[in-house]
Amino acid sequence: MLRAEGIQKNFGAEGVLKGISLQVNKGEVVALIGPSGSGKSTLLRCLNQLERVNGGAIYLDDLCMCSTENGRVQYAPEATLRQIALRMGMVFQSFNLFPHMSVLKNLIDAPVHVQRVPKGKAIERARALLDKVGLADKADQYPHQLSGGQAQRVAIARALCLQPEILCFDEPTSALDPELTQEVLAVMRGLAAERMTMVVVTHEMGFARDVSHRVVFMEDGDVVEEGPPSAVFASQNPRTRQFVGK
Amino acid sequence: MDFKYFNDPERLLKLVSLFLEDGVGATCSIFALTLMLSLPLGLVVALGRMSKMPLSRWPVSFYIYFMRSTPLMLQVMCIYFLLPQILPFKMDRYWAVIFAFAINYAAYFAEIFRGGIQAVPIGQREAGRVLGYTRAQVFMRIVLPQTVKHVMPAVTNEVVTLVKDTALASTVAITEIMLTARRQVNANYTVEPYLMAMIIYLVLNGVASQLCKLAERKLNYY
Repeated sequence: MLRAEGIQKNFGAEGVLKGISLQVNKGEVVALIGPSGSGKSTLLRCLNQLERVNGGAIYLDDLCMCSTENGRVQYAPEATLRQIALRMGMVFQSFNLFPHMSVLKNLIDAPVHVQRVPKGKAIERARALLDKVGLADKADQYPHQLSGGQAQRVAIARALCLQPEILCFDEPTSALDPELTQEVLAVMRGLAAERMTMVVVTHEMGFARDVSHRVVFMEDGDVVEEGPPSAVFASQNPRTRQFVGK
Repeated sequence: MDFKYFNDPERLLKLVSLFLEDGVGATCSIFALTLMLSLPLGLVVALGRMSKMPLSRWPVSFYIYFMRSTPLMLQVMCIYFLLPQILPFKMDRYWAVIFAFAINYAAYFAEIFRGGIQAVPIGQREAGRVLGYTRAQVFMRIVLPQTVKHVMPAVTNEVVTLVKDTALASTVAITEIMLTARRQVNANYTVEPYLMAMIIYLVLNGVASQLCKLAERKLNYY
């Protein structure tokens, strides 16, 4: 479904991604793990068009986001890029809820103003999603009134409200204490059980092992090892073993 | 001290109504028009100042530098006396003042807005982009509403200053509070009209700053 081929990304002279390829299939949960600075988040941000790649190609089904010919990166026209963006959702480490909007407004604003969903229908959708993440009673509150765990669950609901086909998570629990982490992970487990396609950058090894279908271990801008969690967590590769703590 | 007005309620009332007829209106309209023009203009200037294109950024930076580095009084006089010698038409003195005030205050507001826009965390824009908002929507729906809250205290400062700066319109003989006071002082050999003008400015700014405070409180819902 989502295909990234030979992605290169440089910040200045430094290569952060050194020709990474990643494929995500429909209904699959892929966990990106690895030490800080290994390029996991950067890869995710390239997939979500928050960073522009310096080389490689990205496809969503048969839509081409960008490709490289003769060393020149070519991005698709703006309309195609937005079409791709709307089929992908993103959840940030720092939630990034809009502080000037109520929880409900956070959810419905993009569907109403970007997708032109009728307001009544968007509200209906939003309330169902808030119910799903266990926050039906918070609809009229403002983000600053929420705990970190609640805010992140709202952020997940906000991303889902656009009905994306793929949901990306950039260290969704790194800003949360263990208890709040669990309530967010519970929501993500629920999504996995519904066969939501997800790409998750995480330091939660338990989540990677129990929930994901495939684990990609990255270091220094490259994939060290990739495979089903059972294989990666029982890896013979010394670097992988050292990182996953066995 | 020998008061001509302040110990005679009847004459005092006459002085007040004189100011109200001839002065307060002009001061208030200069104030209101300047705000209405310079706030939106300031936003446009701020965006030009933050543009990635040097062709927009450099001239705008110079404009802001120019407006903030020369006295407003001099700008008013240049626009009223100098501009008609270059341009083929004569500018009405009232509109010359409005024009000078608007472009001067726009420069100050632009710098305030720039700070406010830059104070909105980058994550807000990124969240907007991944939700599919266009660049214009990200600005109008996400960045601008948060900017308004950030800049309110600084804008209040400018508003208070503007009330006082309207007195500079007297330099091109617009009958606002300051000029009315001066004329009364000269005609009646007493400085009491100045005292009256001071009281009127205090009242006007009292109202203006209360309104700003109200707006700030309204924005405090998050």
